[in-house]
Amino acid sequence: MSIADVASFLLSISMAVAAGLIGSFALMRRMSLAADAMSHIALPGIGIALILHVSPLAGGLTMLVIGALLIFLIERRTRIATETVVGVLFSVALAVGSLLASGEDLIEALLGGSGSLTAAEAGVGIAAAAAVIAFVVRARHSLIVALVSPEIALTSGIRVARLDLYFLLAFAVTIGLGLRYLGVLLMGSLIIIPAAVARRLARNLNGMLALSVAVAVLSTAAGTYAARLAGRQSGPFIVMIAGGLFALSLLRRAPD
Amino acid sequence: MRVVAARSQPEVFTAVGNVLEVEGLNVRLGASDVIRDLSFFLPPGSSLAVLGPNGAGKTVLLRALIGALPSSGTIRWAPQTRFGYVPQKLDIERNLPISGWDLLHAKAALSAATDSDIGRALADVALPEQVLAQPVGTLAGGQFQRLLIAFALLGHPTVLLLDEPAAGIDAPGQTQLAELVRRLQTAAGLAVVLVSHDLSVVYRYADRVLCIGRGHACFGPPDVALTPETLNAIYGTPVAFHRHDESLH
Repeated sequence: MSIADVASFLLSISMAVAAGLIGSFALMRRMSLAADAMSHIALPGIGIALILHVSPLAGGLTMLVIGALLIFLIERRTRIATETVVGVLFSVALAVGSLLASGEDLIEALLGGSGSLTAAEAGVGIAAAAAVIAFVVRARHSLIVALVSPEIALTSGIRVARLDLYFLLAFAVTIGLGLRYLGVLLMGSLIIIPAAVARRLARNLNGMLALSVAVAVLSTAAGTYAARLAGRQSGPFIVMIAGGLFALSLLRRAPD
Repeated sequence: MRVVAARSQPEVFTAVGNVLEVEGLNVRLGASDVIRDLSFFLPPGSSLAVLGPNGAGKTVLLRALIGALPSSGTIRWAPQTRFGYVPQKLDIERNLPISGWDLLHAKAALSAATDSDIGRALADVALPEQVLAQPVGTLAGGQFQRLLIAFALLGHPTVLLLDEPAAGIDAPGQTQLAELVRRLQTAAGLAVVLVSHDLSVVYRYADRVLCIGRGHACFGPPDVALTPETLNAIYGTPVAFHRHDESLH
């Protein structure tokens, strides 16, 4: 195993931990469809990065962060629901992105590539994942109070608008980190499926977060390994394994 | 239509001392003025019942007071006011994996409350600890309400805001709740604002009443402010009510 492989493995695991944590709150905040749509906002960024011969990871991440800020501003100005704003931005981004990227590059952007990471990319990626993990762990109390009632959150001294913005940014960064492994089409699944499995099995917050992280990490590690054996893109394998775990979770009756 | 809150006693606004002073408050929702030119105040340790028919804007007023809705006019809370807010009804999914403990620990972490504070809050609302392990969406209405009150009590609030506290609670529970509110008011010196459409609640809980509805308003001690004419104007129909003996304190 080369150093690049180790760095890539570490990035994939830290990305999966972030996805498990962010996904838990995204699901509880009823943003699960937004995760699927939002990842497409990265596509024009990847396209521009490929044209300029810079890191696609950086291009996708930049576009996602800009997208998150746009969603936040449009939502606040117009009071249109997040899902609607994401829906509009995602279609436009997909249209622009498909014109900018083509052929093999487009397939990689859509399904997750196998190209190697530079040391700088891996370092920035791991730092960004650590920032997302630290944010969720620190803000978990505020996040659960805000999702139970924004008014209670307000009277408990939580700055709800700022919390919403930080969450949206952390959500965007997590999606950006997963693009290399799962691509634009499938990254949303690594946010939604582990959280959906955890939600079926957990009865409290810590249980939900731990299970969601475990499913995300297991799917990512096993999926990446299977893809390597098969010599194919990793995204489909990761999602198939996560989907299999979801199917298994259906065997257990929902807590009543 | 201009609404002026009738002040039935010669009480005047003072710059210091009151927990809350509201002057000329207006709240618009969409194209309609839900609250127009409303003025009232809340002395420390007092309890104010906000009374009015369904749709009069009681919850809107409460939400404006905590800053959750934009408004014009003046809302002046005393410095260092800490809120305990208990909303009317929360729509929580049954399978939301958040337990009562999760909520209480979250509030404790946010307000630097200790485990013994949690224990005291639970004892105050008479909520058994085993209930707290359940997901909050599975709690019975009365249990969930007590959990929210315990949540509100953590962090030593100076003002307790209760939206329809008696709704969904059985008769013995309502008596307990009334006793709890009184006890907190006298022992901890809390000011209480509670919203209700139920007239009997006013005499049970409040030493002051603010009534709103149909473009009219009244403010003052219940026996002075709540004249049959005022109630008629607010509810749009003659309202028969009996004062409870417990009001005669």
